[in-house]
Amino acid sequence: MTDKKPDPKRRKLLVGFLQGIGFSIVGGVVWSAIVTENKKDPLVLRPPGAYPEEEFLKKCIKCGLCVIACANRENVPFDRQGNKMVTLKLATPGDGKPIGTPYFIPRQVPCYMCIDIPCAFACPTKALDVELLRNEKGEVDINKARMGVAVVDYNSCIAFWGLQCDACVRACPLMYKAIYIDVRRNRRTGKHAMLVPVVDPDYCTGCGLCEFACPTDKPAIFVLPRDVALGKIGKHYVRGWMETEENVEEKIKEREKELQKWQPKTPEDYLNTEDLLNE
Amino acid sequence: MSNAVAITKSQEREGEKTKSFLARNKYLILRRITQIGILGLYIGGNYLGWKILQGNLSTSKFLEVIPLSDPYAVLQMFFSGAIVGVDVIIGALLILAFYGLIAGRAFCSWVCPVNMFTDAANWIRVKTGLHKEEKRINIPRSTRYWFLVLGLILSPILGVPAFEFISPISVTHRGIIFGIGLGWTLILAIFLFDLFVVKNGWCGHLCPLGAFYSLISKPASLLRVGYDLNKCTECMECKRVCPEVQVLWMIGKENKPVLSGECTNCGRCIDVCPENALFYTLRFKKSGGDKNET
Repeated sequence: MTDKKPDPKRRKLLVGFLQGIGFSIVGGVVWSAIVTENKKDPLVLRPPGAYPEEEFLKKCIKCGLCVIACANRENVPFDRQGNKMVTLKLATPGDGKPIGTPYFIPRQVPCYMCIDIPCAFACPTKALDVELLRNEKGEVDINKARMGVAVVDYNSCIAFWGLQCDACVRACPLMYKAIYIDVRRNRRTGKHAMLVPVVDPDYCTGCGLCEFACPTDKPAIFVLPRDVALGKIGKHYVRGWMETEENVEEKIKEREKELQKWQPKTPEDYLNTEDLLNE
Repeated sequence: MSNAVAITKSQEREGEKTKSFLARNKYLILRRITQIGILGLYIGGNYLGWKILQGNLSTSKFLEVIPLSDPYAVLQMFFSGAIVGVDVIIGALLILAFYGLIAGRAFCSWVCPVNMFTDAANWIRVKTGLHKEEKRINIPRSTRYWFLVLGLILSPILGVPAFEFISPISVTHRGIIFGIGLGWTLILAIFLFDLFVVKNGWCGHLCPLGAFYSLISKPASLLRVGYDLNKCTECMECKRVCPEVQVLWMIGKENKPVLSGECTNCGRCIDVCPENALFYTLRFKKSGGDKNET
């Protein structure tokens, strides 16, 4: 019966333990808040071969080896002041991006799409995984990178005024694939063509060379993360023709080839199209 | 009799001044050279493409082939549910083996860049005697172990390596190599915390990475600070400079080397000891006889 008095030693230990727990919970809440706030930047653009953001943040150890590989490759361009133009940088506190993770801002320095992809091969944790960059032949191919997707703001793109600007198309490493020129009637003059850039998200790698090249004050074509810019159809819409017709893919390819013929090669070509001559 | 001892002791303390400046600061200077040298190699690795050390303290490549990784960061990655590359696992094991079996918690005092700032704060404290007047804020030194565990618990909850995500050590080191942004505010915060809030507050009380290295170097790390009770005059200079005073509990009491994993092997006590009663030794080496033997 006398044993019922709490052992002061045990009591002290227990209280100490509870204090530790309490302190940890307070610390943990603050800590979690900082991390969760810091984790959120839906517009961050990652190097080629990066896993989707959530997986990427788990794997990236923030060592900067990709940045070093990017900065020390052979063909780094220089700006007019003679400074190295390094695409990748590590986020510092104040950048508003997950601290220490690699990212790039295409308008400052785009990704130059090195064929040997030094950044992805440098990653020791496979947060950038070259396996994600394999093409149909099984080769590692920078064109399989999906860093983001270019989006055109028609209202600020001067090609939509009818001016002939194809800066973005020319800059595109996958010219006429990732960005192609769509010939449209200029409704203002009635007889001229508008050569407007159109992005094909199936090919666009998100390198941002178009955004870098765009001559408008604030680029009319810019790269957004794919999950931000692209929609998703869902399973409740079915393309019946894909299921009933045979060899649809091949047919589409053939038709695309036919359409390629319509791509203007010289100004005369598009000015002399039947469509315009009939007017 | 006791008077005579006191006199010899005070005489011996006079002798301390005869130890030259270099001898009094040998390991401190070596440490700064190591810390800054390592930083320099990393900076060269980024800006000049040197191939000796590339990356940063989270993970780096030594001589282009040998991976080196922060084992605590890799552990957090495991906890966050990531399957990581073989490179970092090898790297983490190498670092684990180096500190766990050989160097002890030497990372904290010989490599970590934050150490330079916290040492500076501590140096000012000791010089100005700040801690004599200050309002003592009591944070137990065991707090860091709670943070260590918390880092592992939060990793799966948040889905990221939780400490690595905000680690001031990484921010500082990465910042020095790759550009710091607003990271300097974090360094300043730690400096001021150590200077005005708690003595050795960050490294000795809060840092989970230090706690991690304490734990791994406790059982087997070879390099230790040895102590010879016979030579000791109990001037307590060592305790005045030690950033982890509790590890020096044997001073004046027992003839034992410093075996606590919390000792950072910084060698500051060895530097300041006027009697050379403290020295680097190996864990299993017998050093100094018993007091009774003399």
